[in-house]
Amino acid sequence: MSLLKEMATRDRVFDFLTPRTSPVDVTHGPILYLEDVSVSFDGFKAINDLNLTIDDGELRCIIGPNGAGKTTMMDIITGKTRPDSGSVWFGSRHDLLRMSEPEIATLGIGRKFQKPTVFEALSVFENLELAMATDKRIFPTLAARMSGETRARIEEVLETIHLKEWHAREAGILSHGQKQWLEIGMLLMQKPRLLLVDEPVAGMTEQEMERTAELLTSLAGRQSVVVVEHDMGFVRSIARKVTVLHQGAVLAEGSMDAVSSDPKVVEVYLGESDG
Amino acid sequence: MPDSRSWLARPFTERSTQIFLAVLTLSVLAITLLHVLLPEGHPLHVSTFTVTLLGKYLCYALLAVAVDLVWGYLGILSLGHGAFFALGGYAMGMYLMREIGDRGVYGNPELPDFMVFLNWQELPWFWQGFDMPAFAFLMVLLAPGLLALVFGFLAFRSRVTGVYLSIITQALTFALMLAFFRNEMGFGGNNGLTDFKDILGFDLRTDAVRIALFIASGVALGLGYLLCRGIVGSKLGRLSIACRDAEARTRFLGYRVERVQLFIFVVSAMLAGVAGALYVPQVGIINPGEFSPLFSIEVVVWVALGGRATLYGAVLGALIVNYAKTVFTGIMPDAWLFALGGLFVLVTVLLPKGIAGLFAQRGWGRRSQSSAAKTESASGSRPIEEATA
Ligand SMILES: Nc1ncnc2c1ncn2[C@@H]1O[C@H](COP(=O)(O)OP(=O)(O)O)[C@@H](O)[C@H]1O
Ligand SMILES: [Mg+2]
Repeated sequence: MSLLKEMATRDRVFDFLTPRTSPVDVTHGPILYLEDVSVSFDGFKAINDLNLTIDDGELRCIIGPNGAGKTTMMDIITGKTRPDSGSVWFGSRHDLLRMSEPEIATLGIGRKFQKPTVFEALSVFENLELAMATDKRIFPTLAARMSGETRARIEEVLETIHLKEWHAREAGILSHGQKQWLEIGMLLMQKPRLLLVDEPVAGMTEQEMERTAELLTSLAGRQSVVVVEHDMGFVRSIARKVTVLHQGAVLAEGSMDAVSSDPKVVEVYLGESDG
Repeated sequence: MPDSRSWLARPFTERSTQIFLAVLTLSVLAITLLHVLLPEGHPLHVSTFTVTLLGKYLCYALLAVAVDLVWGYLGILSLGHGAFFALGGYAMGMYLMREIGDRGVYGNPELPDFMVFLNWQELPWFWQGFDMPAFAFLMVLLAPGLLALVFGFLAFRSRVTGVYLSIITQALTFALMLAFFRNEMGFGGNNGLTDFKDILGFDLRTDAVRIALFIASGVALGLGYLLCRGIVGSKLGRLSIACRDAEARTRFLGYRVERVQLFIFVVSAMLAGVAGALYVPQVGIINPGEFSPLFSIEVVVWVALGGRATLYGAVLGALIVNYAKTVFTGIMPDAWLFALGGLFVLVTVLLPKGIAGLFAQRGWGRRSQSSAAKTESASGSRPIEEATA
């Protein structure tokens, strides 16, 4: 049994598919761990004693009505908002509450914003170039040259996000859905261990949505993915485990079927969507 | 578009930079030759006065390039770059004062005249070393650079941006102006530093030195322009635009935005210092007036008129506005500020991208698309070109 466990961890260590070795330690449990996290804005409790655990390689969907605190939760994990109390751990070694946004990003947490945020004045190609996991200090960035390897990597991602024909165009002219894709592409360039994806399919066509679902599911396993989404159809198509957030706390957790038949959830979602 | 060249070599392959350097070199050369070869009185002869005036414009142009680097590409609207310009100017002025030696009115070999006048007995510590040109020229870079480093560190670390930052930069230059006005500061009070005699042993009033200073200003502008083009054409330049347009996004990619801001701000301040240092021997004086908040605002107007985030637009703006100023103040001195204001409104309404916007439409715009496309196709057909073809 212990041998089997060791083999499993070995497999992670020698994982060729994740070339950048992230220092995060997941040998002793989950990749992300939030405990009793609370934050309030002007007295309003946006996050209220939230507990959440994400396993390594998991694909988790987080649903919840508007204002449930989903985006705020991502702000806390990525260092943008500091909670009033609680603890947030990345693996068993990194206390995220002690780290800055760039440190957290470098550690291997990538984030897609709710409102797609790309560098509009730069080309699609350049957006991906900047996102690339590499030395991000000043002088190495100044002296950076485009190597064949980097170019190949960017082209690979361009292919994945279906923006190859657009590589030289300014990102500002992309459609809403394409910007979502570009931002996901930027996440891929970062090679994160954990992806936080906030409402990825807003503004996408049915077909684009399908492709996104495909992409996110293909990522899971190698990377851990947390998806916040409103679209129940989309969630149903990718979710293995769903967490329902309500008023800053977890209301229910489990498979999509279990969660959607939960009376508490039905009450919260009454009149909303098909959940 | 990113390519495999080194950041310092890349500008030479850009069409806009090639044109800029060619025009600058030819103009400086032509003016020098017209001054040297043609006899005085010839209709095409360029007088010493005009050469020095043009040298002054070139210094302003370098200052404008420095401002465009932080404003155009980093989104930091500095309304205090005059302070860095003036600090560079003072460093040069201190050297020129020490160079006077015992030829001052009081004939004191150790102390500049104004110190003798104030009854000071010995040279203050911060004047030590300024008799050595190498040290003084180093200070031309270090004094503005250090101020920018400290100021930028505090401001960017606490994420002060936008209007607030602009206001603080105004306050900075205003505070420095008040400080330098005080005699006790040891920089000559409101008279500033003047009555210079030599630079590096050569008489400042001679034609040869004036021409040399004019050429030096042209060279400094060319090099400063190349340095800035090198930066903005590099990955760091694209990072800078990223910080300008989506700061939070940039942080979440793992970049330390405040360090990018600090680095570019310091480089820009040093360039402004060099501009000030070349300006002072040509105008023959440096006084606290250069710290005036109004001057810093004028510089921003030059850049806005010329066109932001192009660098050559900043140069055009500085040259055109200052030429207009010279002409205008000759005719109607009191009306200049109104004329400048009117010009500003006119250009903002008619040419939102400034004068450079006209060029960009003609195809050699800020990102130099044509040369980028050329270099890409030159380096062989990759799958990506096939996709676009
Ligand atoms: N910076 C902030 N200041 C004040 N209130 C905020 C802030 N951020 C979020 N909130 C509030 O917290 C609640 C949760 O917001 P959010 O996390 O964006 O919800 P969701 O993403 O689940 O729709 C909302 O009521 C919102 O108004
Ligand atoms: Mg949200």
